Amino acid sequence: MGMMLVFVLILASFLGFELISKVPAQLHTPLMSGSNAISGITVVGAILSLSGAFVIEGEVMTIILGTLSVFFATINVVGGYMVTDRMLSMFNTGKKGDQS
Amino acid sequence: MNETVINGLYIVSAIFFVFGLKMLGKAEQARKGNLISAIGMLIAIVTALISQSVLEWQWIAVGMIAGSIVGALAARLVAMTAMPEMVALFNGFGGAASLLVGWSEYHRYTVTNTYMEANVLSLLIIILTIVIGGATFTGSIVAWGKLSEKIPSKAIQYPGQQFVNVLIAASLIGAAMLFGPLRESLNVDSYILVIVTIVIACILGITFVIPIGGGDMPVVISLLNSFSGMAACAAGFVISNNVLIVAGALVGSSGIILTNIMCKSMNRKLTNVLFSGFGATKASTGGGFQGEAKPVSVEDAYLMLEAASNVLVVPGYGMAVAQAQHAIQELAAQLEENGAEVNFAVHPVAGRMPGHMNVLLAEANVPYEQLKEMEDVNPTIENVDIVIVIGANDVVNPAARTDETSPIYGMPIIDVDKARTVIVMKRSMNPGFAGIDNPLFFNDNTRMLFGDAKKSTQGLVAEFKG
Repeated sequence: MGMMLVFVLILASFLGFELISKVPAQLHTPLMSGSNAISGITVVGAILSLSGAFVIEGEVMTIILGTLSVFFATINVVGGYMVTDRMLSMFNTGKKGDQS
Repeated sequence: MNETVINGLYIVSAIFFVFGLKMLGKAEQARKGNLISAIGMLIAIVTALISQSVLEWQWIAVGMIAGSIVGALAARLVAMTAMPEMVALFNGFGGAASLLVGWSEYHRYTVTNTYMEANVLSLLIIILTIVIGGATFTGSIVAWGKLSEKIPSKAIQYPGQQFVNVLIAASLIGAAMLFGPLRESLNVDSYILVIVTIVIACILGITFVIPIGGGDMPVVISLLNSFSGMAACAAGFVISNNVLIVAGALVGSSGIILTNIMCKSMNRKLTNVLFSGFGATKASTGGGFQGEAKPVSVEDAYLMLEAASNVLVVPGYGMAVAQAQHAIQELAAQLEENGAEVNFAVHPVAGRMPGHMNVLLAEANVPYEQLKEMEDVNPTIENVDIVIVIGANDVVNPAARTDETSPIYGMPIIDVDKARTVIVMKRSMNPGFAGIDNPLFFNDNTRMLFGDAKKSTQGLVAEFKG
């Protein structure tokens, strides 16, 4: 199982290098905030830390740590995607005419 | 629920991330790409929720609802000019979440009394997650502070810096050893070790970013972005979850690529950015330039612009500070009405995060076709009648070409000094964000339009209208 995960890591890293190699400069900011939103995937880990096999029911410290990490990761996800969309919508208004 | 179905769903969400990220890199598809990546995230979250018998569902709900409200409000309310610090802050939250996942996993070992039996590698990965997550968290907070000028943005260096760094690295390795491989021979209280590691990791983030000067912030932001991906990746190893590893690795490696692009556009090596404290070492160049800056009034600048048939606007962070992007768009429209060709030249590291100026100009509805990159304008810049430099400084500093002693020597710049005339809008003669003198201001063909960039631009627009 461990080796399998390392394998996944290496392939995904190379994929990441390939995907981003040629990006026009004007997209750097949205790309960064968009990929930042993806790093909020930790929310899955946070949810699992409060679920099933991972949790001891009613244990206060587990709940505090888990809830806080769900909270932080969700800010990262929701905020990241929304702000990226807001930026990208501005890039399009130029073609569709004014609507400030 | 069936494990195969769960893993299948995680794979689907990973595929959405890959395609989303790919499309984010293409102008026409970027918005759709972001949406696709968001759908991937939704699939991953729903899968996580149904994959186990969720015990603390009410707390998950509390965390998600509160986080969504905060995130949505922040995303709606932030001004486009403040985008770099917003991204830094979100980044920090991602790091904090990874740290907490690592901590919570360790905590489970203690309450179930399985710490002593746990596999050494798993323990080391927990420590790694805590270190990357913690350093990303505080590093991003410091970057946020520097970008929003809540703390001084210049490079802060202190005596014994290298020594402190070595000390931090050594103590982190020491803690990891005591926590993992040596836990039986040297029976140190493991909870204290974890807390100490968290504290040191947080200190590491601070000492990592604090010596880096404001001019290098675009590099730091992309690097921290990459770290937050690596933190998520490490958290994925902690809980043996594929989708965290894939998504984290995608962000980690794409962040490295972006960091590299930033370094190239500043002609600096990453190690140099991280360890040399840009802007802290040079007080020598002050007053080294001969000549006198030639100020110009709004009226005179108007007369010059009215006669121009080819105008190039070079924006920098000062434009963002003055919120002058709408005014400059209006000026460009007036100039075009007057029969001039108007273009905007954006340096890759203008502003405080990569692509910052493009976002602001897009916000002001500057047509996409008018936004030119540095390589496109430099070859024909001799034919430009007037260059308007608005709030840019280092990216148009000819010392980067001519003065080998300059800290930015070798950095590619927009060669505005080769244009027929340059109008520089600037608040005062103070050096720019990076603190370097700019000989451009003393050139024969340069005119300084002092004052608030927005007011000056609005003044010019008024002249055109009146």
